[in-house]
Amino acid sequence: MESDALLNPSPTQSQSPSGRCWTRPDQWVGRLILGALDSTKRVGAFALITLVVTLTRWNKSTVVLRPLVARQINRAGLLPLPMLTFLGVALGLLVSGQTVALLSRVGAVDYAGVIMVSVIVRELGPLVTVLLVLARVGTGIVIELSTSRALGEVEQLEALGIDPVHYLVMPRVIGVALSVFSLTVYLVLIALISGFLFTFIQDVPLTPSTYLAQMSSSLRWEDFILLGLKTLSFGVVVALITCFQGLANAVRLEDVPRVTTQAIIGSVVACVVIDAFFIVVYLVI
Amino acid sequence: MSPQPLIRFLKATVGATESGPDLARIRELTWSVEAGDFWVIGGRPRVGKTDLLTTAAGLQRPLEGECRLFGSRLEDLNDAERLANRLRIGLVFENGGRLFNELTIEENVALPVCYHRDCLVEETGTLVERVLELTGLTRLSELRPAEVSHTLHQRIAVARALVLNPEVLLIDNPLFNSDSRQAGWWLEFLPSIAKGHPLIDGRGVTIVVTTTDFRPWLAINRRFGLVHRQRWEDLGDLQNLQQTDHPLGRSLLTGCWNDLDQAD
Repeated sequence: MESDALLNPSPTQSQSPSGRCWTRPDQWVGRLILGALDSTKRVGAFALITLVVTLTRWNKSTVVLRPLVARQINRAGLLPLPMLTFLGVALGLLVSGQTVALLSRVGAVDYAGVIMVSVIVRELGPLVTVLLVLARVGTGIVIELSTSRALGEVEQLEALGIDPVHYLVMPRVIGVALSVFSLTVYLVLIALISGFLFTFIQDVPLTPSTYLAQMSSSLRWEDFILLGLKTLSFGVVVALITCFQGLANAVRLEDVPRVTTQAIIGSVVACVVIDAFFIVVYLVI
Repeated sequence: MSPQPLIRFLKATVGATESGPDLARIRELTWSVEAGDFWVIGGRPRVGKTDLLTTAAGLQRPLEGECRLFGSRLEDLNDAERLANRLRIGLVFENGGRLFNELTIEENVALPVCYHRDCLVEETGTLVERVLELTGLTRLSELRPAEVSHTLHQRIAVARALVLNPEVLLIDNPLFNSDSRQAGWWLEFLPSIAKGHPLIDGRGVTIVVTTTDFRPWLAINRRFGLVHRQRWEDLGDLQNLQQTDHPLGRSLLTGCWNDLDQAD
């Protein structure tokens, strides 16, 4: 009976991540919200520290820091290119395939370019890119930093008078932010080209010049600014959350898988919240 | 007037580094390290010897009481002064010295000097080369830590600490996991740098080491201390140590603290 109760807890008994039981769902939800607010506050404090360190030590130890930034750009911006090319082609084909058939049926093929801009440039391009970078690089950042923390390498840096935020966090934030921005531009271009190729294969009466004209007419200068801001925000937030989870929490090796999961969940939620904010901005301007 | 102690604890409570800052490891610690001292601190594993060294290096503040480094309280210093103080103390951690595995041995040793002087390894002059030569690591300099024996890791870490030319060197259990050859190297090397080695400008270095066995460290001109049951005991010099009636002190002199464990 007791093992049954353990394996199949009653619906009114939920367990918090810390292992404590909450007897009512509203308590569990309350704790979840408070926990999320607390995490947000701590990540915010970590972001402020990183900002201050970045501003005050921008020109310090550049000989040591520049190769670290270059390594992060190589890791987050160059190595994911083959996978991102595949995703860009697939994204263009999927969006174009779903929309062009429908638009042809209702005689509205003139809107193909407009839809591609709305869906790929404003929404899916940045989101798909940041999720790929998170899966490929973000997880790596949490694992390496939390392992370094668990093995005491962060204390060792402090003992050598090296600021861990300057040496470990700043290169990752700069590298990941620049990479997400550049990769998004690359993915959007690949997706728009592959989208047109699909219409060409499907024998849709749409010339390249018409397709380009449709896209350029639907693109506004705000799109470029907001795309830049959005992708840089995604990159900074993913790097900050993964670095925070790696450095601020793990003190034992067995904690590494748990903090990696927390970092991924936190990053996805933060990116969705940022995306929602930019949707509101698009609607307002 | 006697010279000012380099490190001074006054009725301090030392907290645990790993288990959270609120757990006290050593209480009522009153201890001074003077220039030219060679301290050997004994104690069973996990009694707080590492926490004592990290606090003495200024990496954490005592939970209670006072800790002064070079005459200044940590809380009275600004960031730049704290950094300057920190660079005067070299700390070498136990069991491998916490090397950075992605860097070669030469890069590991050069990292602090490259970071603080904002220069390339090649621009450090002969400093890194001299320290590598002093520690007998020249022929291994291009290898990564994973490619050399683990027993050499703490030796690389001591080279990395020495490259900043510290006045005090805190070494956590250097003979842990050492074979007889490595142990012999440490026991010959540390007195030589304590006296002042020509390769590091001939200036003597104040040394504090921790151990679980006093026997290899028995020599004149050394001072012995003990951490036991959250208390610090100053056992004095070699003559005082040999006459001590402290049960753990006597056990560390015979290398049989496991027997004491069972008695506890």
